[in-house]
Amino acid sequence: MKIYDLPDSQGHFGPYGGVFVAETLIAALEDLRVQYERYRNDADFLAEFAYELKHYVGRPSPIYHAKRWSEHLGGAQILLKREDLNHTGAHKINNAIGQALLARRMGKSRIIAETGAGQHGVASATVAARYGMQCVVYMGSTDVQRQAANVYRMKLLGATVVPVESGSRTLKDALNEAMRDWVTNVEDTFYIIGTVAGPHPYPMMVRDFQAIIGRESILQMQEEYGRQPDVLIACVGGGSNAIGLFYPYIDSDIRMVGVEAAGLGIESGQHAATLTSGKPGVLHGNRTYLIQDENGQIVETHSISAGLDYPGVGPEHAWLKDSNRAEYVGITDAEALEAFHSLCHYEGIIPALESSHALAYAARLAPTLSRNKLLLVNLSGRGDKDMATVAQASGITF
Amino acid sequence: MSRITTVFDKLRQQKRKALIPFITAGDPEPAMMTSLMHELVKAGADIIELGVPFSDPMADGPSIQRASERALKHHVCLKDVLTMVEDFRKNNQSTPVVLMGYANPIEAMGYETFAARAKECGVDGVLTVDYPPEESAEWVKYLRRHKIDAIFLLSPTTPQARIAHVAQLAQGYVYYVSLKGVTGSLNLDLRDVANKLAQLRSHISIPIGVGFGIRDRTTAKAVAELADAVVVGSRIVEEIEKSAKTEVLSNVYRLVKSLRTAVDEAGPAH
Repeated sequence: MKIYDLPDSQGHFGPYGGVFVAETLIAALEDLRVQYERYRNDADFLAEFAYELKHYVGRPSPIYHAKRWSEHLGGAQILLKREDLNHTGAHKINNAIGQALLARRMGKSRIIAETGAGQHGVASATVAARYGMQCVVYMGSTDVQRQAANVYRMKLLGATVVPVESGSRTLKDALNEAMRDWVTNVEDTFYIIGTVAGPHPYPMMVRDFQAIIGRESILQMQEEYGRQPDVLIACVGGGSNAIGLFYPYIDSDIRMVGVEAAGLGIESGQHAATLTSGKPGVLHGNRTYLIQDENGQIVETHSISAGLDYPGVGPEHAWLKDSNRAEYVGITDAEALEAFHSLCHYEGIIPALESSHALAYAARLAPTLSRNKLLLVNLSGRGDKDMATVAQASGITF
Repeated sequence: MSRITTVFDKLRQQKRKALIPFITAGDPEPAMMTSLMHELVKAGADIIELGVPFSDPMADGPSIQRASERALKHHVCLKDVLTMVEDFRKNNQSTPVVLMGYANPIEAMGYETFAARAKECGVDGVLTVDYPPEESAEWVKYLRRHKIDAIFLLSPTTPQARIAHVAQLAQGYVYYVSLKGVTGSLNLDLRDVANKLAQLRSHISIPIGVGFGIRDRTTAKAVAELADAVVVGSRIVEEIEKSAKTEVLSNVYRLVKSLRTAVDEAGPAH
């Protein structure tokens, strides 16, 4: 059997990935690539990363059997990988720590980040405080309004939040602005990208830092269930929590399902289901599937979950789709909300709206399978940040 | 010989440097583009760089971002930009036009369709900001097949080995970005530019244009003393932005004319 060994040395996953940036960023990316190659297998670096994940993040995150919900659904057993229990409440912290440790070794004193829902911004602000670094977070002004609580969290942690007024004023525009900052301040600045997109080495590096999710799962499943799950399910915006779960399983034949945001329905045009309905193109430094019009302009996406509201997707997911190693499905806002309420009701767990998309697909799949099948869902974040959105969707104002 | 090479050869004989203004196609409005392009030529432009509007102009500063947004409000897309060049060519067969933009509109059109149509419309060169040489092998093949020059960027941080790589692929001229940062940034260090150009010239035989940070007559003249061509973008785009529609042509003419005079005042170095 061929062992999976992507990306290639230039960051390609088949036709996807690569380094599609202006000349002004090439040297910085090359420096990052060389430094990451140096540290990715360095024993001291890995030991410090492991220590931080254990003592600061609180890993390993448990796998929890959602028994009542599974019984209610009447089919396969749903197991939850509890990334929501991490410090800062989501999987994003795993990667933020990894990149901050690398930034420190590269002698950078300032970190910048882009954020949509604010989870990656909070994670970046957190590690900046933890390591005594300056932090600037770019956030679309629309998202600044939608996620006021997270904006305040970032400020509490000492970060400067810069509202971005260009384009659609969401995550993609925040990413553009962070890139512009990086080009200008490249000597002292490290850009912590929050997902498995962007130019090489980011998709690989973020994957490697998030792969702790899947590696723990393999051990925990063996220990507690004596076997591996039948299906892995995770939501996909840029795709970092999904790749974190999938990657260590990639050489197995376990079914992997990535769940995208179908928003108000694919046919409505108001969605963020990139792999389901997009076309390959070039954006934000890599070739991947994009939601675009026939002229190659990137179009505005919609999802009730700000963290999935992105017109691109990590290039490795594009490759996993084309090679049929993973399948990608869409879940609407309404279905995600239903799963959100179900998990609150049956398990006493408030999931993030992003993760609720993965839960909704699990709820659709479970009843079609027998009771002895195991579905492992990545519960990538907790839903406290989504209170206002969910209340609004239910017609409640505080 | 390509129109771009012809222009540089002629300038060299005259001991003059090229002035390359940049405007965004469709800004301030599509109907005005051909007259604006002719006005640039009248004011002394040797080559015109025409920006292709894109929804996510990552390498551009606020001025050109806003120009791109204004053009997109008029739904100007790549095929419209090509038509603008076709219209311009009806009355001008000699001034080279270089398209400058991002990869995705070209990806959406397809390399072959784009290159064939661009040639037909009279496009002379294409600079795609986010196709660095490493990702350009296929792309450059299509441009060469249709005899369109592939223009590449070089920056203060480009190492020696890459300069040599770019030298192999680049045609027409190379565009040296004189600053770190995005378009429209300030603070040009002329001594840095002079040192870097000397280094570039040991690898690169085609003309070298310098852009980013050239905002007035003084910097235009100083850069003209060092480089083969002076590229001015954000400053012109800002002039378009702040001018009333009826005054765009005359204001841009006046600005470009003054830059032309400054460039021609430069001593014949190199």
